[in-house]
Amino acid sequence: MTLIAILAIPLLGALLCWFRPLRKHASSVTMLCSWAVFALVLDVAARVIARGKVVGIPGWFEADGLSALVLLLVSFVCALACVFARGYMRHEHDDGRLSWFYANYNLFAFAMLAVPCLAGPNLTWVAVELVTLFGALLVGFDNTASSLEAAWKFAVLTIMGAPIALFGFFALFWAYHSATGGASETWDGLRLMAGSMNPAVLRFSFLLVFVGFGAKSGLVPMHTWLPDAHSQAPTPVCAVLSGVKTTVPLYVILRFLGVVLASPTARVGNWMIVLGLVSVGIAAFLLVQVRDYKRMFAFSTVEHMGIILTAAGMASQAADFGAVSQILNHAITKSLCFYVAGVILLILSTREIGSVRGLLRISPFAGSALLFCSLAIAGAPPFPIFLSELSILSAGVEGGHKVVVAILATLIVIAFVAILSHVNRMLLGKPETPVLAYALPASCRFTVWAAAVPVLVLGVYIPAPVHSLLQLAAHQLGGR
Amino acid sequence: MPSSIPDALNTLCGGLILISAFAMVAVRQVQGVTRFFVAQSVLLATSCFLLAYSQHSMDLFALGLITIGAKVVTIPWVLRRLLPSEFYERREINQVINIPTSLLLSLLLAIFAEFLVSPMVNAAHNPVISLNLPIGLACLLIGAHSLMARREAIPQLIGILAMENGTFFAGIAIAPQLPIIAELAIAVDVALIAVVVGLLTRNIQETLGTTEAASLDELKEEVAE
Repeated sequence: MTLIAILAIPLLGALLCWFRPLRKHASSVTMLCSWAVFALVLDVAARVIARGKVVGIPGWFEADGLSALVLLLVSFVCALACVFARGYMRHEHDDGRLSWFYANYNLFAFAMLAVPCLAGPNLTWVAVELVTLFGALLVGFDNTASSLEAAWKFAVLTIMGAPIALFGFFALFWAYHSATGGASETWDGLRLMAGSMNPAVLRFSFLLVFVGFGAKSGLVPMHTWLPDAHSQAPTPVCAVLSGVKTTVPLYVILRFLGVVLASPTARVGNWMIVLGLVSVGIAAFLLVQVRDYKRMFAFSTVEHMGIILTAAGMASQAADFGAVSQILNHAITKSLCFYVAGVILLILSTREIGSVRGLLRISPFAGSALLFCSLAIAGAPPFPIFLSELSILSAGVEGGHKVVVAILATLIVIAFVAILSHVNRMLLGKPETPVLAYALPASCRFTVWAAAVPVLVLGVYIPAPVHSLLQLAAHQLGGR
Repeated sequence: MPSSIPDALNTLCGGLILISAFAMVAVRQVQGVTRFFVAQSVLLATSCFLLAYSQHSMDLFALGLITIGAKVVTIPWVLRRLLPSEFYERREINQVINIPTSLLLSLLLAIFAEFLVSPMVNAAHNPVISLNLPIGLACLLIGAHSLMARREAIPQLIGILAMENGTFFAGIAIAPQLPIIAELAIAVDVALIAVVVGLLTRNIQETLGTTEAASLDELKEEVAE
């Protein structure tokens, strides 16, 4: 029942935001709904840790370790982002457009929550498409020339992935159906039957789904929508897009990878490693010459997606654990980065790295937050991303992927240096022009603090429930 | 060799669908692209009905009806309603690659598709699959290519929908038993995509005065001095 409530609440929220008497309170309604969903997801996660699986309707809505992890991240980031939106969006828009924004935001959250809850691949495809649709509307929300351009690129490149992935799901159905003779298709059933499916068809369908949904997660060469969307969308939406929206299609790819790896003959790990490394590499070099700090964080998302993919491609248990921890750490850290970027944008109203100087003097709060989050996202030692990257690298060495590890480590270092040198330029020095004092909305300040807590905690101490959830999730990736 | 009359007609549909995919690459007018897309969708629906008849499948029959409803009626109507006619009837589409090169590339993609699926097709021993799977994949790839080669909103959108036609043409052969709920959801989804993209297109056109995606070039990585 909880799973169905998790999906019903955002839908109800969207309806209430449209409801005329409640339009003024759309932001409060959305916050209420998102936090209620987060509470329910915590309950689901606890039950998954205790029992391994939560079933809503058998064969339709089910959650295991990997789905619980993605649910947790989506609901956490969505809940904090709408708190941030309360202070951030109020300045720019009137009530009518704001209620439209929040209705859309709720639908976006609904679609993202639906992906990990669904037990079968076909409806998952539909849910991923819905994520794209509502995402495109949110990216173009500002209705300026550049935000519409970003929304258009986002829509074309990511919707283009849809028929490709659908072709893959048709092929998967074909393989499954010829092997079983007509059982209904669930991820668990697919894993069980993987051994008796035609490996050529299985590999073909994985390739198509991988290309189609890879475009949606921002993997090179279909990554070009990502920096545009993430620099032009309203900042709370950026946090959701970058933190978890890219993770959602990746979740489907990883699920499918679990199915393929359960087959003794189908091999796909090398494709993932090569494409993952290409993504990390291109992102690292784009990070060097980036001019806009929101785009900088966007390219870092491409980099992290590549790292996760490379780790999953290594297909060992240790690397899988690294991959799922990287998913967790990326989501919490990247959403924090975008909250901080939003705060800087509110204070200085510029996105150019070059025109930000002496941020630490202008606003000690924004400056120290930027230092904190960029160290965390680049992967400096006391932060969780450092730990998960280290565990991926060491798992790679254990698994005998020495060349891959060497390339990956070099690229991570390049990205690290690039991010910190840009941030260094923004933080230090003298402010070029006097900046008017700006009173930061309390909700924005609160969000930055609240989002920093898990980043700080997970770097030094991983609580036992989180650890066992990560282990359950890693198990679904099917590494041996 | 196709064994029965419906299968033979399905072969004919397949050939015409592939030809219309090439035609969409070859024509220069927005309206021409739309017309060939509608023709391709009608052929796809016909193929659905034929397979529904030969395999006694209500699902495929429903899918054929949905295809006609969504792609032959709704989507062209939405495009006409949302966009003023001067944009809809523009003469020349801006091409990145010239048309003969584009056609040659499409031919190579079609051969590549055949090559890619031939091991799977040989294992299946089913005349419908051995026809539909390569043609569907070829349409998917050609659609993706025309999407890249065209820099205008409406032809790009139709490119995506043509890719989807290719996917469905393969899908009705390899997964004819796909549960009806998935088909319905997929059809609704296609319609939603058309509406959302149509809305975006209109906004872009109102803001910028053109739907040429080539003029959407503000967001780029500048080269550092």
